[in-house]
Amino acid sequence: MIRLFALCTLVLGAASTAARAEIDIQEVTSPGGFTAWLVEEPSIPFVSLEIAFKGGASLDAPGKRGAINMMTALLEDGSGEMDARAFTTATESLAASFEYDVSDDTLIISARMLTENRDEAAALLRQSLIEPRFDADAIERVRAQIISGIRSDLTDPDSIAGAAWDDYLFGDHPYGSALDGTQESVAALTRDDLMAAHKATMAKDRVYIAAAGDISGEELAALMDSLLSDLPDTGAAQPKDIAVETTAGVTVVPFETPQSVALFGHGGIDRHDPDFFAAYVMNQILGAGGFESRLMNEVREKRGLTYGIYSFLASKDHADLYMGQVASANARIAEAVQVIGDIWTDVASNGVTQEELDSAKTYLTGGYPLRFDGNGRIAGILVGMQLDDLGLDYVNTRNAKVDAVTLEDVKRVAARILKPEALHFVIVGQPEGLESTVAN
Amino acid sequence: MTRLALFFFASMIAALPLRADDLPDQVTTYRLDNGMDVVVIEDHRAPVAVHMVWYRVGSSDEPRGVSGIAHFLEHLMFKGTDTLAPGEFSKTVAANGGTDNAFTSFDYTGYFQRVAVDRLDLMMQMEADRMVNLRLLPEDVATERDVILEERNSRVENDPGALFREQRQAALYLNHPYGTPIIGWRHEMEQLDRQDALDFYEAHYAPNNAILIVAGDVEPEAVLALANKHYGPIPAKADLKPRMRPSEPPQLAERRLTFRDPRVAQPYVIRGYLAPERDPGAQEKAAALTMLSELLGGGQTSVFSQKLQFEQQIAVYSSAFYSGTSLDDTSFGLVVVPAPGVTLEEAEAAMDKAVAEFIEEGVDPEALARIKFQIKASQIYGRDNVQSLARKYGGALTSGLTVEDVQAWPDVLQAVTEDHILTAAREIFESKNSVTGYLMGAESVETKEVTQ
Repeated sequence: MIRLFALCTLVLGAASTAARAEIDIQEVTSPGGFTAWLVEEPSIPFVSLEIAFKGGASLDAPGKRGAINMMTALLEDGSGEMDARAFTTATESLAASFEYDVSDDTLIISARMLTENRDEAAALLRQSLIEPRFDADAIERVRAQIISGIRSDLTDPDSIAGAAWDDYLFGDHPYGSALDGTQESVAALTRDDLMAAHKATMAKDRVYIAAAGDISGEELAALMDSLLSDLPDTGAAQPKDIAVETTAGVTVVPFETPQSVALFGHGGIDRHDPDFFAAYVMNQILGAGGFESRLMNEVREKRGLTYGIYSFLASKDHADLYMGQVASANARIAEAVQVIGDIWTDVASNGVTQEELDSAKTYLTGGYPLRFDGNGRIAGILVGMQLDDLGLDYVNTRNAKVDAVTLEDVKRVAARILKPEALHFVIVGQPEGLESTVAN
Repeated sequence: MTRLALFFFASMIAALPLRADDLPDQVTTYRLDNGMDVVVIEDHRAPVAVHMVWYRVGSSDEPRGVSGIAHFLEHLMFKGTDTLAPGEFSKTVAANGGTDNAFTSFDYTGYFQRVAVDRLDLMMQMEADRMVNLRLLPEDVATERDVILEERNSRVENDPGALFREQRQAALYLNHPYGTPIIGWRHEMEQLDRQDALDFYEAHYAPNNAILIVAGDVEPEAVLALANKHYGPIPAKADLKPRMRPSEPPQLAERRLTFRDPRVAQPYVIRGYLAPERDPGAQEKAAALTMLSELLGGGQTSVFSQKLQFEQQIAVYSSAFYSGTSLDDTSFGLVVVPAPGVTLEEAEAAMDKAVAEFIEEGVDPEALARIKFQIKASQIYGRDNVQSLARKYGGALTSGLTVEDVQAWPDVLQAVTEDHILTAAREIFESKNSVTGYLMGAESVETKEVTQ
């Protein structure tokens, strides 16, 4: 059952109201040695299951960029004794849904299965994870789709900005290039490369599992063993950490389009740093979204320079970033860049106001329980918590950590994290009055 | 072995009927004395509520010459009332741990907040306030107009596919305002002013033109009491005009468009046909078209996928699409993204051939059974997300449908037969009702394509 309730807390005379997430998370360990986090919710007859493999596309072997992405796309394109169409037909016949997705740090499978045919659905899921076929015709079909996407990205302003940003920050590290690969690297991938990518990525030593919905602990334990027991014990070594080094300035990528797209930022903070929560609250005030943030207020509400501007802590497994994004007409992007820089300097030197801190904390603590409102979302949050190495009780202590952040904490962390002297912008478009300040 | 597996799964559909009908009823409806409709969707798993007000007015209800005013007004609704300062609405929602936003379409404008259930009273108080007490400062209007122009830049000007969609839509509708973009034509957006917004607000924002939808951990009676308290005192607008949009004349000429933009790396051919929508009490035709689009282009097992991607490598992607929820005539679409070395002309010919063969060969009964089973299952999965359920009701009720229509829709879909689908296909694919578009890169890029 999902139990959440509003709770009034009185702390040393200071009253604050926050809904508190009291979610009953069970830790389930299977005979085969797998562990999962489970929220049982029997009221709707289906289960959401998340299976995550740490490492993701960053485990691509040298010269094989794109192999893991292509392998992931092919998991649903034939396995066991079924070719691609037979597998999809069978999945549709059960009204099950399996999504296979890979990012820099994680390969995640999100499954949704009806209670009434869960065993049959699980058998399909298992064969896609354990016995993918990588048929020649499926490889060519998916290769053509991926290359088509890569070509489209080459003329899409957002994709160009992302690629230039990653290259600027990370160079030869796996984070430095698109996980799709290049047209050349994808064209060269062989079936052997895909088999190797499968072994490197999906192994028992890096799997994290969560479920929410109509399933008991015992049933989940049996399900995990049947799904995952035949995976290899170990996979490829994780990539190395990389330090983020930036300089103040602008990299312009000329591209003929009416609106310039910008990514900006510099180094960030580790998820387990003692000041992480202070940084998290600071980012809420600076630009985490909503119409009240400093960035949104100054750049959009007061000046109408953009439709949306956001900042976020990107604490990846091997690098920590603090970054943001904005888009403004070519003639106006320079002003947006100026305003962003001014906000950075202001908050770094002066911190934030008590009023801003109070409302950010109310928003963050009040909004937290609202996230847990569906089986799929709950399973996603639970697997994310495991990937971030947060404890089982995190949902019940998280709001207290937010509430404990003081004005002094925010001021300290702002001075530490916000670095106007390292704030770099990558801008794609024809920005008026801006030129590249850095050779690379 | 594959065939055996198919047989096994197909037979199981009959053996295990889904029991979606037995799920407890979640939806309760009321109408306030002033004509405001109320829909309550219960989900007691978490103490959360989504509060939405939908107005039966969208961009297609705009006077000519002020395109984009419905959407602009939606932005300006956050700019204050007699009692709320500009921005204070969202600030108050956030200070209560909630999130809020709004959306505009051809047929509706909606406002919503997602909050802890005990904040519902406050949300209703604020939403009722801005239904009648909007106050706009000229400087806020001017700044926000820059924001919507940047929104147009982000959504349309920076994306050749979106520019192309505007041109195709304008060609598909000769007279009906669905041919005008929701966000507006740029040259008209630049001229929108405070008075345009206030005129539109005065004409359309009233309780008898609105639907309140509350979804989440709520009791219907309690929602009704709150609705009566906050929305009940607002008088109905007596002179509310019926929604009569200009209708389409007979379409006599097939239209063909080519749009070139150097930012296009992957060309495609796309065609839209004028198509009937779901009508109250008469959803059968739309149901047949929904099934047709699924069978023809609904994914890896579809006819298009089989003929264009598996049997021959004509396409890297192909699809058919149709959405029946619309106040007036909607469209049925086909798209093919050609494989390397395949021209758009070849792709179009293969697309036409696939459609003709489908009509000739008829419907695969197992494919139809699979789609129907998935529709049943989606009623179960749908219960997990009341916000999308709320959106489904809002979209339907602002498109002329009733709660009964929404609740009957799954059964209407289940009743669709092969005959219905083939008849619908023969009627819909009428070239004089269609717009065929080629999206292409700059000339030089295309030349390079041909030589590859």
